[in-house]
Amino acid sequence: MITIVDYGMGNLQSVRNGFARMGYRTFVTDKPEEIKKARGIILPGVGAFGQAVKNLKEKGLGEAVKTRAREGVFLLGICLGLQLLLDKSQEGLDLKSGGLELIPGEVIKFRGKLKIPHMGWNQLKPIKGDPLLKGIKKGDYFYFVHSYYAVPQDNSAILASSEYGRDFAAVIKGAPFIYGVQFHPEKSSRAGLKILENFGELVYNGSHTSH
Amino acid sequence: MLAKRIIPCLDVKEGRVVKGVKFVNLRDAGDPVELASFYDQAGADELVFLDITASYEKRKTMIDVVSKTAEKVYIPFTVGGGIGTIEEIKDILSAGADKVSLNTVAFQNPDLINEGAEKFGTQCIVVAVDAKKNVEKDDWDVYIHGGRTNTGRSALEWVEEVEKRGAGEILLTSMDSDGGKDGYDITLNAAIAEKVNIPVIASGGAGEMKHFLEALTTGKADAALAASVFHYRQFSVKEVKEYLAKNGVEVRL
Repeated sequence: MITIVDYGMGNLQSVRNGFARMGYRTFVTDKPEEIKKARGIILPGVGAFGQAVKNLKEKGLGEAVKTRAREGVFLLGICLGLQLLLDKSQEGLDLKSGGLELIPGEVIKFRGKLKIPHMGWNQLKPIKGDPLLKGIKKGDYFYFVHSYYAVPQDNSAILASSEYGRDFAAVIKGAPFIYGVQFHPEKSSRAGLKILENFGELVYNGSHTSH
Repeated sequence: MLAKRIIPCLDVKEGRVVKGVKFVNLRDAGDPVELASFYDQAGADELVFLDITASYEKRKTMIDVVSKTAEKVYIPFTVGGGIGTIEEIKDILSAGADKVSLNTVAFQNPDLINEGAEKFGTQCIVVAVDAKKNVEKDDWDVYIHGGRTNTGRSALEWVEEVEKRGAGEILLTSMDSDGGKDGYDITLNAAIAEKVNIPVIASGGAGEMKHFLEALTTGKADAALAASVFHYRQFSVKEVKEYLAKNGVEVRL
């Protein structure tokens, strides 16, 4: 089962609906022991980084996600969920606790003469082939809502970029099967649903771990 | 590049679409969920539901519409009309809407903008501004109560305030052009868009495809909203977007 981590940040129903549409059942939990049983994990999120880190820590959800992801379970961070995969963010610097440290790097704020948040449909520029991006073409549009973006230490972690004032990481991957998408696949119409379907396929057919 | 957005708007009364979509092959042209799904397939970038239900008791039907829509529609959608408290915002958002649009209540209780933005994020809070030209002041007045009350407040000032308070977007309706088919109010749009650093959605007056082009170029709008031209199939969302692309506007096709 694909498990959606409920840590009190944003609405999870749309993500569930998206997977359901593509034929995948999901399970929402706020219990670390349930995450330990997950076959695939979704880390969603809308809101502020600092609050998310705090919420994840309180119930031990962050640790559970981290442990499972390192063991090889497929993980997909969406929007703020992507940002949480990194070490730290400029948002919520007052907190000593940082991100999940699953992908080295940091999260910084958009600067310059730009409307912030970056909100709306923007094009994806795939950089590396990956099963998560199967069927996605250069120039396909996805729906973004964010003011901060991830800067992985190692450029090779970037599977696809997008442009808003500058190129930024729109899809990232860390070893073994840790994925993050900065856009909302559940709100990105057909192209977004394809990503959810691809993730579902990875979880059920592409797993290299034994269960 | 960030694409310009085309947004069909559906008026919903007691859970049913009024001014329904004509000439579209639907089982039930009054069903908001079916229409929303139709527009998603047709290439709409977002949707707006405007709840025009008069009675408070019957407004709860909107929650049901929202959750059913979220099951079938995979683009962002906004709900406006009759939302007055943080709890009501929360109910609409947890049912699956992405944003709420606040109009009269934002004017009468502007702290709700701050509270909503703090609690749910600025991207969730759209402030709808109905503006009408005031020739004497060379400005536009803000109207509330569905355009029935002139507040006397300058629209140019008001949008600056709502941005400071945390609104993520402005849905700007020109009362001078709304209801007509002579085009969006380009002067108003450009003036407002220059005042704020958040996206502005142009509304009111779309009758031809070139009106969309004007709003998104000289009018400096980030998105254009329309109702009847789409519902009555004067042209489709896709046709407008193809026309815009041909004229050099970045759109999602």
